[in-house]
Amino acid sequence: MLKISQNENRIDFEGELSFSEVKQAYDTLQKIIKITNQDLIFDLEKISKIDSSGVAFLDIAREKLKSKNLELKIFNTSQDIQEVIQTFSAGKVALNLQVKKDGFLESIGDSFYGFIQNLENLLYLISDIFFWSIVGIFNRKGARKDSFIQQAVLIGVNSVPILGLISLLIGLILALQSAEQLRQFGANIYVADLIAVSMTREMGPLITAIILSGRSGSAIASEVATMVVTEELDALKTMGINPVRYVYVPKIHAITIVMPLLAILSIVIGIAGGFLIGYFYLDLSFNAYLKETLSVLYLKDFVTGILKSIAFAWIIVISGCFYGSIVRGGAEGVGKATTASVVASIFMVILADSLFSLIFYF
Amino acid sequence: MQNVIEIENLVAKYGEKVILDGINVNIPKGKITIVLGGSGSGKTTFLRSIIGLLEPAEGTVKMLGKIVNQLDEKEQEEVLKQIGVLFQNGALLNSISISENVSVPLEKHTNLPKEIIDKIVESKLSLVSLSHALKLLPSELSGGMKKRAALARAIALDPQILFCDEPSAGLDPITSVNLDELILKLKDQLKISILIITHELASIHRIADEIIFLSKGKLIFQGTLEEAKNSGIEEVVEFFKIGEF
Repeated sequence: MLKISQNENRIDFEGELSFSEVKQAYDTLQKIIKITNQDLIFDLEKISKIDSSGVAFLDIAREKLKSKNLELKIFNTSQDIQEVIQTFSAGKVALNLQVKKDGFLESIGDSFYGFIQNLENLLYLISDIFFWSIVGIFNRKGARKDSFIQQAVLIGVNSVPILGLISLLIGLILALQSAEQLRQFGANIYVADLIAVSMTREMGPLITAIILSGRSGSAIASEVATMVVTEELDALKTMGINPVRYVYVPKIHAITIVMPLLAILSIVIGIAGGFLIGYFYLDLSFNAYLKETLSVLYLKDFVTGILKSIAFAWIIVISGCFYGSIVRGGAEGVGKATTASVVASIFMVILADSLFSLIFYF
Repeated sequence: MQNVIEIENLVAKYGEKVILDGINVNIPKGKITIVLGGSGSGKTTFLRSIIGLLEPAEGTVKMLGKIVNQLDEKEQEEVLKQIGVLFQNGALLNSISISENVSVPLEKHTNLPKEIIDKIVESKLSLVSLSHALKLLPSELSGGMKKRAALARAIALDPQILFCDEPSAGLDPITSVNLDELILKLKDQLKISILIITHELASIHRIADEIIFLSKGKLIFQGTLEEAKNSGIEEVVEFFKIGEF
């Protein structure tokens, strides 16, 4: 229990100034502060216990009086109480810690400034990566030994099973969806055309890019982010080693070679998936399906598919490296960077795909 | 006395926040200089500014006679070849083995044949008592072993200056003493100038030649250990008084 008695500007406290009692003290203080125009004296002689909430109450009383140019004087504190106050009192530090809240326009300005800074960093990173990627082809000094093969295996070979499975399923789904419609017109054979064109022009490179964004893009972002957090990139810099060349370039080289191969694999497996439906559901023979597929495909479809897949590959690596390199904080930051990288790379891949479709087919 | 590092009016900022405010200090050659200061006093920023990881907002850092932030890439590389940095958590490259970690600077900065590089790696790892860990990955090492491996990498090129960020933090007392002895050996035998950030008083007593004390981004003391203890500067004296046992 807390008893508070007031005698002019002197307030006596008796009992405990702890979590359960401070509300009462605070309410009393509010009333007194409203009407007082002189310094207050708190007598804590009869206070048997004080905790952090009690100290916070004293701090608030001091601040409120200060805002009215008045002072709080605390009398008769025991040694124990003084020690608790010293431990928990925020004092001047708390006042300094008050952060001015940004206004609406300031927030917009800050966000825009941050965006411009990120854009600038991204452009620097892109130019650095491409410069060192070209230099790296002719000069291997300063590059990591065997890193190209390592990255090619990580990004490419290890992605084959999941990519193969998903491509097969996509081929099956596309064929199933179209077969029902085409059969009504007796145009079963055109399933082969539809699957061939859609897999080669669009779905093959796109599925490959999306799978690699999720699988390899996230791995790149988290690897780079972890290297930032654990100061590995700083260590490279202090050894005079360019992190772009040592860490990022092998990934660009590897994905540039591996991605088109994966896209071709996806196209072939997708077409095979379509054939399965044609064979078992539409009674199409292998020869007829193959002949129809080959008749509808032009070199241009194939080349655009490969070109797109290379562009998607660069988007995935650059996004992973960029978001990884701007990580802030520890493990939580790494997670955020990875998520941001995957979201951004999938978005950019689809955006780039739209642009390619406009350029190549309209 | 010659100086390996000369810092003039160094101001370092993160965004608008001033971390180091007009530091003027020289780091003497062939000595172990300890950087002290409370949390947030700017010690790590001080180190990052010297080794070129943070561009000074104002002022200059002259290392081995060259102003670091005014050098082109090639010249900067030449200076970096002559320094070694031991990061607080080792900062070993996690995807390669310990011996490959130590060989990274050797492969980058020398044209030595692989056989010689391997021998140097072996000798550096044996110096830090890690001969048995050559083929292990960093993830297979304990915290103390990681630090020792990182030290082996930092001294791979026999640098003229060695920077250490809290080398004995988190180490058991025996490993910590061994590390200190190794640092002393490096100073005496290889004539390396060493700059160390540490809070470990026992370690400071064992190895310090010179003390630099930072407080709230300012340099408040530079001198020997004895001078520090008798400096009359409250924060400095308090640091040594509290830590005495």
